[in-house]
Amino acid sequence: MKVRLHVWRQPSSNAPGKMVQYDAPNISPAMSFLEMLDLVNEGLVEKGEEPIAFDHDCREGICGTCSLMINGVAHGPSEATTTCQLHMRSFRDGEDIYIEPWRAQAFPVLRDLVTDRSSFDRIMQAGGFVSVNTGGVPDANAIPISKVDADSAMDAAACIGCGACVAACKNASAMLFVSAKVSHLALLPQGQVEGSMRAKAMVAQMDQEGFGACTNTKECEAVCPKEISVSSIARLNREFLKASVESR
Amino acid sequence: MQLDAKIPAGNLESKWTRHKFDMKLVSPANKRKKKVLVVGTGLAGASAAATLAELGYQVEAFCYQDSARRAHSIAAQGGINAAKNYQGDGDSIYRLFYDTIKGGDFRAREANVYRLAETSVQIIDQAVAQGVPFAREYGGLLANRSFGGAQVSRTFYARGQTGQQLLLGAYSALSRQVGCGAVALHTRSEMLDLVVHEGRARGIIVRNLATGKITRHVADAVVLATGGYGNTFYLSTNATGCNVTATYRAYKHGAGFANPCYTQIHPTCIPVSGDHQSKLTLMSESLRNDGRVWVPKAMGDKRSPTSIPEDERDYYLERKYPGYGNLAPRDIASRSAKEACDSGRGIGDSGLGVYLDFSAAISRLGKSVVEERYANLFQMYEKITDENPYETPMRIYPAVHYTMGGLWVDYNLESTIPGLFVIGEANFSDHGANRLGASALMQGLADGYFILPATLSHYLASNSLPSVSADAGAFTEGQAAVEARIHKLFSIQGSRSPNSFHRELGLLMWEHCGMARDKAGLEKALQKIPELREAFWQDLRVTGTGEALNQQLEKAGRVADFLEFGELMCRDALSREESCGGHFRTEYQTEEGEAKRDDEHYSHVSVWEHQEGRAPVMHKESLAFENVKLATRSYK
Repeated sequence: MKVRLHVWRQPSSNAPGKMVQYDAPNISPAMSFLEMLDLVNEGLVEKGEEPIAFDHDCREGICGTCSLMINGVAHGPSEATTTCQLHMRSFRDGEDIYIEPWRAQAFPVLRDLVTDRSSFDRIMQAGGFVSVNTGGVPDANAIPISKVDADSAMDAAACIGCGACVAACKNASAMLFVSAKVSHLALLPQGQVEGSMRAKAMVAQMDQEGFGACTNTKECEAVCPKEISVSSIARLNREFLKASVESR
Repeated sequence: MQLDAKIPAGNLESKWTRHKFDMKLVSPANKRKKKVLVVGTGLAGASAAATLAELGYQVEAFCYQDSARRAHSIAAQGGINAAKNYQGDGDSIYRLFYDTIKGGDFRAREANVYRLAETSVQIIDQAVAQGVPFAREYGGLLANRSFGGAQVSRTFYARGQTGQQLLLGAYSALSRQVGCGAVALHTRSEMLDLVVHEGRARGIIVRNLATGKITRHVADAVVLATGGYGNTFYLSTNATGCNVTATYRAYKHGAGFANPCYTQIHPTCIPVSGDHQSKLTLMSESLRNDGRVWVPKAMGDKRSPTSIPEDERDYYLERKYPGYGNLAPRDIASRSAKEACDSGRGIGDSGLGVYLDFSAAISRLGKSVVEERYANLFQMYEKITDENPYETPMRIYPAVHYTMGGLWVDYNLESTIPGLFVIGEANFSDHGANRLGASALMQGLADGYFILPATLSHYLASNSLPSVSADAGAFTEGQAAVEARIHKLFSIQGSRSPNSFHRELGLLMWEHCGMARDKAGLEKALQKIPELREAFWQDLRVTGTGEALNQQLEKAGRVADFLEFGELMCRDALSREESCGGHFRTEYQTEEGEAKRDDEHYSHVSVWEHQEGRAPVMHKESLAFENVKLATRSYK
């Protein structure tokens, strides 16, 4: 099959960018979307042109490095799928495909389709942890945890930090990302001790990074490759409210 | 090169405890004055950096990814072993030790492996305290499953994402230290050289991948946690960015490289579908708990799997290894798959595949139980292949997955360069010639949380390390060498992309240094790799400049190192004239086609020393077995 790509090209953070058109002939439907881009890039290198920069690493949907808005949808048309796990069989022969970077104030473009998502790391550094040092912890079976809670915590902990939720949100809100971590830890006894502090600190950092507010449009949930539920956001709101009325 | 493993005296059970007491400590006030660089933020690196900072050291951590959370440990699926014996099924530290030594085909150090088994129990406690959501039973206690090479259930897991959850635990500990200013974290930063000053590792040269800026970092010690070299094969289950550069640069500065030929070919991966393929995807070994592996009995049987009757199927693992069945260790399961395909019974268009069938498990347990155990893996499989494994068996084939070889380290995890410590997959120490499933996570975290912090403190307390300036000769030379190399890559202006050379190297390696090796093939590879390297330096094209984000340049630098390292792997494979674990020399096999070890001549670690402009020299660390009896590994 063949497709026509329209790709956002931007040489650096400060330089202006534009959409550039490339033809991709000889594409196999079994190729992943990123393998299709690899092929286009190899052609560009051989012609001496600069290849399209895009982030990728594990290529099995777990590291959260790959991104891309594909035809206006974060991670493209397949549900619960990262871009690296999207295959060309999801597109029509001859289709025009528009590829853009995540767009959000808190994710500045570094080059072409590569953005800087370190704002997510700073939110984690503000409170996305349980304050235990190595050693001196109780036996792993000392505190039983109900299977239901452990499973719900795991549902939230499955977040890969890719940023699709932010890219999809018209407010560029990071609520789904922040709430996934807050929920994961709030559901476990180990995380509850610092629950209030965590909710306040992570939300404060989120605001400081320039992410927008949540208006419950649920686009984040629709594009999340790990199907994190917006009920996490409700839990974050609850934790945050609880924290704000507590006196400590 | 002197190889002193520094194994403490005393009986096996008390070595580590006694050694911990004998090692010197650094007082809290002095810890603040010591700086450590940790390269890599996977399980080993993140846990080490966090723990060292908690202890009070100044730490700088580096990763090539855009976030520390994305290191490739994240992709480990099935689980982590620990000798907790929560199931009361006869497990113990000694049994985990024995299983690991045997699984490694008696090519690992007893003392290291025992310490690993001993430390395993603390890891689970630590992870639970951090909030790692391990699978639990309805009563609220932790659940376990079995893995290859073991007859007990000692594997802890978080669905099919155990590596992710453990890494996020270590990443959260690291983030906490970054947040309070105890760790300076450099993301999108690739180590391009090690700096050895007055015989000691004192720093590294780093390129910022976003800006191209090259910087020097000075410290009292350097820790490499940079993972394995599986991507030498181009196609592997590793992330596309994984590379050998950090450890290979250290090797060129004099660090011994141990057992580079020991590579693990994982039996359950999705088969290659075409030339465009950029990576292979692993299907967790945990699937072999419930999946049955088979091929048709008849050669060239092209019927659909569901229409092949039961008595025309060969469940070859159950037939050949009734004791362990589908849970035979990885090297054995991989070789058996190759054998089945070589005999013309392979499935799929390429004939390079076998079935992994869940129909028996679904009728025994019901679809919902199978779903609960493996849903995310089944979903991943379906996305890639467009086939539904609930209805038709998975097609699987072995692929390069893990490398047991790595930089040589002594019992303290210190390489042959003083002050250079190596942890996790990057070192060679604990898995011998074959790693058991769910043991990589265990080793990475044992090294990072518990072993390195103790032994590194001892190094810092025992050596006077005068302060060094970043303007010292070794640092200026290091930076100049890195810059010259980048300039050279750009100056070729040939016609081929870095990736095209990598793919060609991968094919050579897979053919001659893959699942089965022989003298003629290895000699051929040793002739062809230098030719390919020559072509690389004649005809490479790197576009753009070095002063910006340039993924072609990153790739070119890594491929240049793979092109040298691949040769070392073949050299090592050629010199080891026996079969053991993942290293299978077709000349050395039993009548039944099993690996035939030669303990008399090869019960040693092969450690390679770089020689400028000449062939490397091999040194031997002989392995002494005082507690286990060397035996032919049998899983029948």
